[in-house]
Amino acid sequence: MVLDAAHGGDDFGGRLNGEAEKNFTLALSVRLRSLLAARGMQVVTTRESDTTIDLNRRAELANHANAQACLSLHATESGFGAHLFVSSLAPAQPARFAAWKTAQAAWVTRSLALAGTLNSALLHAGMTVSLARTALPAVDSMTCPAVVVEIAPESAQARDSGQQNQGTLDDPGYQARVAEALAAALLEWRTEGRP
Amino acid sequence: MIPRYHAILFIVLLVASVVMGVALWQLRERAHQRLLSSQDSAPTQAPEVAQPEQTTLLVANDADSSLLTQVQSLPLPQDPGARARAVLGKLLDLYAAADAAHPVPGGASSIAQVFLMPAQNPESSSAPATGRQAKPSSPELAVVNLTGSFVATHPSGLETENLTVLSICGTLHANLPRVTQVRFLVDGQPRSTLAGHADLTRTYLATDAVPSEGAQPSSAALRVQFH
Repeated sequence: MVLDAAHGGDDFGGRLNGEAEKNFTLALSVRLRSLLAARGMQVVTTRESDTTIDLNRRAELANHANAQACLSLHATESGFGAHLFVSSLAPAQPARFAAWKTAQAAWVTRSLALAGTLNSALLHAGMTVSLARTALPAVDSMTCPAVVVEIAPESAQARDSGQQNQGTLDDPGYQARVAEALAAALLEWRTEGRP
Repeated sequence: MIPRYHAILFIVLLVASVVMGVALWQLRERAHQRLLSSQDSAPTQAPEVAQPEQTTLLVANDADSSLLTQVQSLPLPQDPGARARAVLGKLLDLYAAADAAHPVPGGASSIAQVFLMPAQNPESSSAPATGRQAKPSSPELAVVNLTGSFVATHPSGLETENLTVLSICGTLHANLPRVTQVRFLVDGQPRSTLAGHADLTRTYLATDAVPSEGAQPSSAALRVQFH
């Protein structure tokens, strides 16, 4: 599995209750890596510290890992629950040599299937989930089933309360539930033997 | 016999009276001219106000990640570029409202200009998997120039940024069907992302955000079809 904690270093991402998005994504990546490793999965992360990683470099790391699944982790204060994104490239047949900017096209169908598995697991965990497709420069170059997971506050009440431990992004309980749901989905993905 | 100094004083006063009379007459003439000139510049006709027209806005909603079609009545200019700017201005005014479902500060002034030009090659643009391909007779590319302040204050996040971009594209296409492609500039310059996520370097297909026929009034492009 490849876990890509978005942003990092000079790229702070968005601001989440005064905290940089890059810190949240790194914390989620580390937590998820631990959960996956505990389940016997081999995990490659694109960053383990607050460093700047180029988008192309992220795709290179994912492609070299020959991973069963690649998750790009983001966070936002807008909306609720989890937002899943799959590349908007039209599905294409695998080719011996793929164009760098559209390499994901051959994997889009499997990326959609992975998004479905993640959707089920997150819904099972009681989260609101939205699914969408869009252009994603790093993911569009990945040669693996790839999904962007953007975590938002659990609900409008949680976001507006501004207090910890009520489903906000800095609520450790909410973070743990998100990580558990993602880990369960990836375990199911691997168990089903989907490449 | 009148003393000499009385005669001189009389003459001086007489001359002063004549001079003041002339000066007053000239001042009166100037005031009159000023009055006439101001009357000339005053509008003699009421300014022509465009008739309100039905416009279709694709309004984003963060709660369910959808684009809802909203019909508004607006007075619109005839020039297509100004028309596009007015429609997008109304859309961003909705986002700047206190109770907006997709809150983005800035309002109508966030759209600096909208330029319309012939689309080069609609078929070869970076077409996503979703969205219908409209084929009007002379497709146009809309270049939307956003202000730096709008981009600086836009909430960060993949979904919220995509909703803003798609609602702009969909609103443009709904009101100017010949607009099939949309590009974005910020203060007249290319920019990589809107607020760290949504890609502003690509050409968006305006049809990306148009709900398919018979579908619920939500963003067809945002909804994933599982294979």
